[in-house]
Amino acid sequence: MQIPAELRYTKTHEWAKVAPSEVIVGITAHAQEELRDVVYVELPPAGKILKQGEPAAVVESVKAAFDIYAPMSGTVVRANTELSKSPQLVNADCYGAGWFFALTPSQPSEAEALLAADAYTKLITAAAH
Amino acid sequence: MDELIFEQSVPGRCGVAFPPCDAPERPLEQLVPSAALRQQPPRLPEVAEFDVIRHYTRLSQRNFAVDTHFYPLGSCTMKYNPKLNDRIAAWSRFAWLHPSQPASQTQGLLQMLYELEQLLCGITGMAAFTLQPAAGAQGELTGLKIIRAYHRAKRQSRPVILIPDSAHGTNPASAALSGFRVVELASGPDGLIDLGELKRHLSNEVAALMLTNPNTLGLFERNISAITHLCHEYGALVYLDGANMNALLGIVKPAEMGVDLLQLNLHKTFSTPHGGGGPGAGPVGVIAALADFLPVPRVRKVGARFRWDARGRRSIGRVHAFYGNVGVLLRAYVYIRTLGREGLERTSRAAIINANYLKAKFSRLVPIPFGDHCLHEFVASLKPLKASGVTAWDVAKRLLDYGYYAPTVYFPLVVEEAVMVEPTETESKSTLDAFVEAMARIVEEAREHPEWLKLAPQRLPTHRVDEVKAAREPNLRWQPDAKSPAFHDAPSLRA
Repeated sequence: MQIPAELRYTKTHEWAKVAPSEVIVGITAHAQEELRDVVYVELPPAGKILKQGEPAAVVESVKAAFDIYAPMSGTVVRANTELSKSPQLVNADCYGAGWFFALTPSQPSEAEALLAADAYTKLITAAAH
Repeated sequence: MDELIFEQSVPGRCGVAFPPCDAPERPLEQLVPSAALRQQPPRLPEVAEFDVIRHYTRLSQRNFAVDTHFYPLGSCTMKYNPKLNDRIAAWSRFAWLHPSQPASQTQGLLQMLYELEQLLCGITGMAAFTLQPAAGAQGELTGLKIIRAYHRAKRQSRPVILIPDSAHGTNPASAALSGFRVVELASGPDGLIDLGELKRHLSNEVAALMLTNPNTLGLFERNISAITHLCHEYGALVYLDGANMNALLGIVKPAEMGVDLLQLNLHKTFSTPHGGGGPGAGPVGVIAALADFLPVPRVRKVGARFRWDARGRRSIGRVHAFYGNVGVLLRAYVYIRTLGREGLERTSRAAIINANYLKAKFSRLVPIPFGDHCLHEFVASLKPLKASGVTAWDVAKRLLDYGYYAPTVYFPLVVEEAVMVEPTETESKSTLDAFVEAMARIVEEAREHPEWLKLAPQRLPTHRVDEVKAAREPNLRWQPDAKSPAFHDAPSLRA
């Protein structure tokens, strides 16, 4: 399973592409596989202030609806409008065209608490047993 | 697939012969204001009576219903609906009443409503009930409005509702719709509310804890008294989602657990018809301190007479036209009266025994992650079948082939590949044994012939449908086809 080394991860299966000015957020390959076919995505509006670990978006699949949590605190600068129109992008390209939203971090040090690729790999392999 | 009734339309086909008119004829325009007159006839299918009867009878025969099949749909309490309830609800002295008739002409109905409120108070220990809400979720919304009104009357601002992660999805939805901020409580390792987690989240910001007991894993919150006590210490109310009341009838009253208000789902616990879009009924009961906030009007008994009382300065107002789904309320009333106190208790005890029996049998086939002893339902995990590529979804579809309604799957989210089974008190031991036998065969098939499960259902009129397409591109309404001749030559009505 694809777990890009340059990204940071949460225990709740979000990924974050962390840069000082902007953090891009999506869900992992493992998450989209567990969810199966995504049929609806609700994204946060630009300007919304998020706290780390709080629900930020909702993703609905044929199985159920799940909250997507903010990996870091900050203000939403934009959301992936393509995703609202074509929710299947989450399944097709979860690290690329299937990104959810971008935020300006208010506490950049929070990134240190996120998991690196190898720690996240361990987390999902442990859960499989 | 059959043609829709609209597609069966043939211009000019008519099933009714009108007798000659024996009243003086007057032009339509004199009888009906012109603004209310159509220019074109309505687009109704032109079919004969027997076309309609055959079409709908055929469709009804395809129904998977509790009248035809075992329906172990977890958390929905799909119990058998005794036909006596329907028979009495169909009596003309109830069915033909008009909601605008004066109370002097509807004393019997008012008495029934009043007594039903009293019966529900007796069952739950609450001080007062409203029968207005038309469904469980509307009951939740009504309860949350009452919670808001209560805190507002005390001049407190409490924007938060605490909800455990095992709650029904309607709970956070109702709380959010009422303008509250929802904070989720993570369950402890035993699947129950973690007192430490609850304590961490309680503050004077919290309006109420919304919980289901027994919870959606079918487990009784053993610390319920400590939980409600803790909430009350912080001035927060405790709302019980009564969806799982089928485990508690005659055994424990929610008021004794410290619950301040709750909704009951009459279409679950009290055997009124369920599914197919309703109508349902979700009465809300409250302790004495909250009674003033209940919706109006309420039925009052004055001497030996019953009347409507629309007063209520602190009331949250109306939540339903007239007095709720009265036909449904009447069915529940008949059910409660038929069983009596003892019968209700036996109902819950039988539901619990059935669930535990099934759970014990199931545990030899698949893991049951939470709880040694369940109440009215249990949740199994089909995670081990994933090794052969089989999901809970596939097993649910295969159960249809074996003649069983599929249990709830993928809920609650705390169990992976969840299958939630609630047999209710309705079923006999032989039905439960046959169901376990089917499940055992399906688990074996999952290992030997996973492709059979992937193709299921095969024995039903409709095979595996494209659920993804249905969700992404829902087509909910029939539109006349440009090629369809049926409605083309519809003449103008005034021609």
